[in-house]
Amino acid sequence: MAAAMSYVHADVENLKATELRLGLPGVEESDKMPSPPSTPRAGTKRALAGEHREVEPKAAPPAAKAQVVGWPPVRSYRKSCFQQASSKTKEAAPAPVVVKQEEAAVAAAPPAAAAAGGSLYVKVSMDGAPYLRKIDLKMYKGYRELREALEAMFLGFSGDAGSVNPSDFAVTYEDKDGDLMLVGDVPFGMFMSTCKRMRIMKGSEARGLGSSKE
Amino acid sequence: RKQKDNDTASLSTPSSPDALPAAAASPRAPPARASRRVASPGPATARAAPMGRGGARDGAAAAPPWHSLPDEVLEHAFSFLPAAADRGAAAAVCHGWLGAERRSRRRLAVANCYAAAPRDAVDRFPSVRAAEVKGKPHFADFGLVPPAWGAEAAPWVAAAADGWPLLEELSFKRMVVTDECLEMIASSFRNFQVLRLVSCEGFSTAGLAAITEGCRNLRELDLQENYIEDCSSHWLSYFPESFTSLETLNFSCLEGEVNFAVLERLVSRCRNLKTLKLNNAIPLDKVASLLRKAPQLVELGTGKFSAEYHSDLFAKLEAAFAGCKSLRRLSGAWDAVPDYLPAFYCVCEGLTSLNLSYATVRGPELIKFISRCKNLQQLWVMDLIEDHGLAVVAGSCSKLQELRVFPSDPFGAGQVLLTERGLVDVSASCPMLESVLYFCGQMTNEALITIAKNRPNFTCFRLCILEPRTPDYVTRESLDAGFSAIVESCKGLRRLSVSGLLTDLVFKSIGANGNCLEMLSIAFAGNSDLGLHYILSGCKTLKKLEIRDCPFGNKPLLANAAKLETMRSLWMSSCSLTLGACRQLAEKMPRLTVEIMNDPGRTCPVESLPDDSPVETLYVYRTIAGPRSDTPDYVQIV
Repeated sequence: MAAAMSYVHADVENLKATELRLGLPGVEESDKMPSPPSTPRAGTKRALAGEHREVEPKAAPPAAKAQVVGWPPVRSYRKSCFQQASSKTKEAAPAPVVVKQEEAAVAAAPPAAAAAGGSLYVKVSMDGAPYLRKIDLKMYKGYRELREALEAMFLGFSGDAGSVNPSDFAVTYEDKDGDLMLVGDVPFGMFMSTCKRMRIMKGSEARGLGSSKE
Repeated sequence: RKQKDNDTASLSTPSSPDALPAAAASPRAPPARASRRVASPGPATARAAPMGRGGARDGAAAAPPWHSLPDEVLEHAFSFLPAAADRGAAAAVCHGWLGAERRSRRRLAVANCYAAAPRDAVDRFPSVRAAEVKGKPHFADFGLVPPAWGAEAAPWVAAAADGWPLLEELSFKRMVVTDECLEMIASSFRNFQVLRLVSCEGFSTAGLAAITEGCRNLRELDLQENYIEDCSSHWLSYFPESFTSLETLNFSCLEGEVNFAVLERLVSRCRNLKTLKLNNAIPLDKVASLLRKAPQLVELGTGKFSAEYHSDLFAKLEAAFAGCKSLRRLSGAWDAVPDYLPAFYCVCEGLTSLNLSYATVRGPELIKFISRCKNLQQLWVMDLIEDHGLAVVAGSCSKLQELRVFPSDPFGAGQVLLTERGLVDVSASCPMLESVLYFCGQMTNEALITIAKNRPNFTCFRLCILEPRTPDYVTRESLDAGFSAIVESCKGLRRLSVSGLLTDLVFKSIGANGNCLEMLSIAFAGNSDLGLHYILSGCKTLKKLEIRDCPFGNKPLLANAAKLETMRSLWMSSCSLTLGACRQLAEKMPRLTVEIMNDPGRTCPVESLPDDSPVETLYVYRTIAGPRSDTPDYVQIV
């Protein structure tokens, strides 16, 4: 585990140098990274022990065991409950916005699985794909990993992997104000806290927005 | 038989208009009618022939030969056989009965959407009013099936639209349902009443809007654990103001907001509403006001039940629930501050079903609440209830039939105090307990043997010890003895999931004793091919077998190839299979589809691979439709 942890730290320091930047060239990113989650690799689903102050450090070792796909056999619907349950004890339940006026057209929706710092699932849609996916933003240390994960997820929908041209795609997100923003402009931490859902745009809408890779 | 050939010539003549009244008037149908009804000779008709002849000679005094009953009478008789298995048995008696049965069948359940072609199913059963189709293999629930695997509902909807214009009910499970499907459903069936989608994906609230707008006679809209894209909150608004027929509305899996005022008006005017399951977007005080509008509810799902404690909200809830005298089933994603639970006390006595499996509430208030539910038959909880909670359940809920305990934190450091003790207590004190799903961290043979002795009436026993290959934590032995005791004692066991450290011996026991077993799930178990061989050569009634991460190889598969045709499907992933065996299996058994799955993205054609290539995932199922044509790149049909 120590080796894994040191890998995480080393990678974080080099991240800025090697990071794939999705923003327009010339935009400077601030260096402030969120405290690295204790997952040794992105894409691994497990409770983020680093976020929970009451959980003993020994929650970290089970991470290696927890990497069996589809085990234990619970539906992914239930998985979002896990982090909530484990972090619930000390933290008060988040108070939802209670709408007093009966004329209010729409009831406020408390964030579904984003409670209590366990995970941050957002929907990802891709133009032309038959259905959406969900990703946990807390699994990724930065924009590059996020981009790689998205590519892996949506490869099937864009035909042969070799013909995918990065500048044909723009990864955008909807922020708290409801505006459609290009992913990559703000520090990853800030992006995580403001991102409500993501959308991968294809074609002419996207051309020119997606920056050239590396 | 030869005599019957003359009669077959008259097959094509339609029944004369006075046939039915005559039959109704005098059940002793004159023997002359016999000739019209006989289809091509089947074994039973041949046997019945002497009876027919005897009847003819004796005249009207004899009871009518069974093969001479008019179709309408047969169909009426069959209408008293609701179970599909019984209808299937009736259909196998003779061709006459086959025809009458298939023409009159109203409910059709297709357990594997690829077992038959949609058009064939529609043609064969033209009078179906309610259809249920299931798609992806069960392990798709746990992420073992990559996206775009198949199981599209569209061909079924299209065939139904063509052949079943009077369709009233449609149910899809683990299938890809698109908005176009929903639009087609809304526009094709003028008396559509029930739509049930379970664990489906591919549609959005726009599709739902088509349903709510187009289905004027909708009674049930039941959405269970689907992935629904949220396009807008207005799908509810498409129910016309004149629409009042709703009896079931379940949108608990919807993540977006709904227009609450619209929902409230809908609930107010649908006086027959019995089931209402809300999503997380509906806050507590809104739940209270909905209940006041619908005190006749039988089933309620509260969505996210979290709020800070306010005494006025508590009073509101308590009053609202007090009015619900008919409430029997309760569920919800309760992040509840436990202080709210007493607001429910007035309904506890009447509850038969309680689903807290998404509720992260814990502690004494939870236990006190459940202990008041003396008539509970079905309880789904998280392991946060812990052993002492289950001990209370055991003492309070003597009518319990089904218990499911889900893990709250499977990767955690074992902070939850749920062990084998809880299950032992419940099994000891709940005499009607017959179905269990239990996730826990540890188990002993002794506990399992005790449970088996306590409860020989189990029909479904699913135990999942969280860490693979965990032995008996006291003796460090395998759990063979424990699970063997279960199958030996529970003679009526239909569904079994095993876990923990297990050798081939447990499968010997299962194969020998699992005489009613229909579904078996195995993971991280067994030592060798023998284990699989025991299962496939035993378990006479096995329908579904799903195996992952077991050292089972080619030999038992090939040795028991014929068995696979008696089963619905077999799933084997991360075992020791090679391509050659799959090829042999496919060749030997033409009525099976043998599907191989590779990693998505690696689209190497299977024809070019050598026989000894390892097979990561094998999915085999019987079919009369031949190989499917909608496989994604990573699925190859051998």
